[in-house]
Amino acid sequence: MSTDTYGHRLSVFSDRNFKYLMVAPGILILLLVGIFPLIYSLVVSFQNITMTDVDTSFQGLLNYKQLFRDARLWQALGHTALITAIALPLELVLGFLLAQLFLERMPGRQIFVALLVLPTVLSPIVAGATWRLMFDVRFGPIGQIVSYFAGEPVTLLWTVNPSLVYPAIIICEVWQWTPFMFLLLLAALSNVDQSQLEAAELDGASYWRVLRQIIMPAIKPVVAIAVLIRGLDLFRIFDIIWALTEGGPGSMTETISLYTYVIGFTQFDTSYTAAVAFLVVALLSVIVTLVLRRMELVK
Amino acid sequence: MTALTRRQRRALTLAMRYLIAVAVTLLFLFPVYWLFMISFKTPEEIFHVPPLWLPGQIQFNNYWVLFKDGDVVAILNSLIVAGTSSVIAMVLGTFCAYSLARFNTGGENLAMWIISQRMIPPMAVVFPIFLIYVHFGMVDTFSGLILLYTAFNLPYVIWMMRGYIADIPLELEESALVDGCTRWQVIWKVVFPMARSGLMATAVFTFVFAWNDFLFALILTRTEVITFPVQLTHYMGGQSNFWAKIAAMSVLGTLPIFVAVTIMQRYLVRGISLGAVKG
Repeated sequence: MSTDTYGHRLSVFSDRNFKYLMVAPGILILLLVGIFPLIYSLVVSFQNITMTDVDTSFQGLLNYKQLFRDARLWQALGHTALITAIALPLELVLGFLLAQLFLERMPGRQIFVALLVLPTVLSPIVAGATWRLMFDVRFGPIGQIVSYFAGEPVTLLWTVNPSLVYPAIIICEVWQWTPFMFLLLLAALSNVDQSQLEAAELDGASYWRVLRQIIMPAIKPVVAIAVLIRGLDLFRIFDIIWALTEGGPGSMTETISLYTYVIGFTQFDTSYTAAVAFLVVALLSVIVTLVLRRMELVK
Repeated sequence: MTALTRRQRRALTLAMRYLIAVAVTLLFLFPVYWLFMISFKTPEEIFHVPPLWLPGQIQFNNYWVLFKDGDVVAILNSLIVAGTSSVIAMVLGTFCAYSLARFNTGGENLAMWIISQRMIPPMAVVFPIFLIYVHFGMVDTFSGLILLYTAFNLPYVIWMMRGYIADIPLELEESALVDGCTRWQVIWKVVFPMARSGLMATAVFTFVFAWNDFLFALILTRTEVITFPVQLTHYMGGQSNFWAKIAAMSVLGTLPIFVAVTIMQRYLVRGISLGAVKG
């Protein structure tokens, strides 16, 4: 069990204490803030605490049964899936194209990369606020630009019009995170074996063939990581939507995180929120564990 | 028409690439430019129809208002909370990481559990934490927010530092042990200096994560410990936005992290890919 990398030069006993002493504080905090609340919310989810009723008697599976009848919850999950399904591939493809553009050396490449990274390091709430200003009907530049190309004044209510809210959210999301994909893919593409590419070129292989048979397999691990990280981020998307639409109009752009916020912090439906939170954590834990095991993130 | 020589073709391709690169960069930076420019506009210029693409003159009144009204306290709060939590997470996390990297403590399962903690949606975790904080009177306190950010960033620090420490040649530590150093001396005199750049990069990203967070701060603060992203949303209203304040506050809150990340750019790819891509 304790095969330490130093061999047997030191006594097993002192080493064992040392290594556990070092992990103890960190693990303690993780348990305290990571696991304890989960157990707590599991307990609360079996009670029926609401804003007006602080009865702590156990109600069995009451809240979990309600999960299945809650149309708004499933809609929120659907909205989350919709945004993920559109934004993620877009970010991946645009990031790949950008990476191709900057793959070959060119003077000043570092400066371009440094500037392109900017949206990704912004706080998502700043990104949302920025696009809120950009999309503004009267004082924002987007409407002005669209009107210029249309040749007549066009009124686009980006954050209110039901057919424009999703495009607005996705534009903001893709704008902020395409640079993330770009950075990772640029690193991955730079590491593709040059000799293989040159050999393929000498053989006169077409670009598509090279892409499919040499480049794709080489960058696959990085793409997998990038998709996993961004996929999980998109699943919990909150800030950008909060800044742009606050879930509206109505609950049209309400994602799972926003819905949890609404029932927990504006309706104070405590026990039910705990059940929803537990469902989400359970769902994600299973997915994450499976994916991590398959992908072997550890190099 | 004579056919282009190989050299001319290359020059043409390069010119094309530059053209596209400049266009794309402008496209991506335009929203940032717009925000930046609004922060220097006067109210008349901001609410001008059609929108003006350049401020008439550079004036700092929008920033001055934030200082005068005391809104910059939010930046200070962010600094305290993100700074303190990063330091604690770095110290605790690096020790954890050392143990994991060198003794394989807990095996792969512990490492997997730690990184999976990072991936659980914050909203689902923060709700029960909020209930507990209410119970212990920790809502809207510095210690409450710092504790949460520390816990949130610990998995990241452990995971990243585990990778950086694993990159250090083992022989260095072994020879230090042979020379009679204690375990702690080895860590202070060999591991930390060797992992210095990794430590700094990880610290910067840890700080940025805490600095940029909106969700935890929204839920766990009220009036005392408002951080800059929460302050920003106070300027947004259904019908009227305080545009000048949104822009100025955003710029104030973004400049420090932009500078920090630019300095750490060499480690950016490794930092954001959870160590999977070494760049």
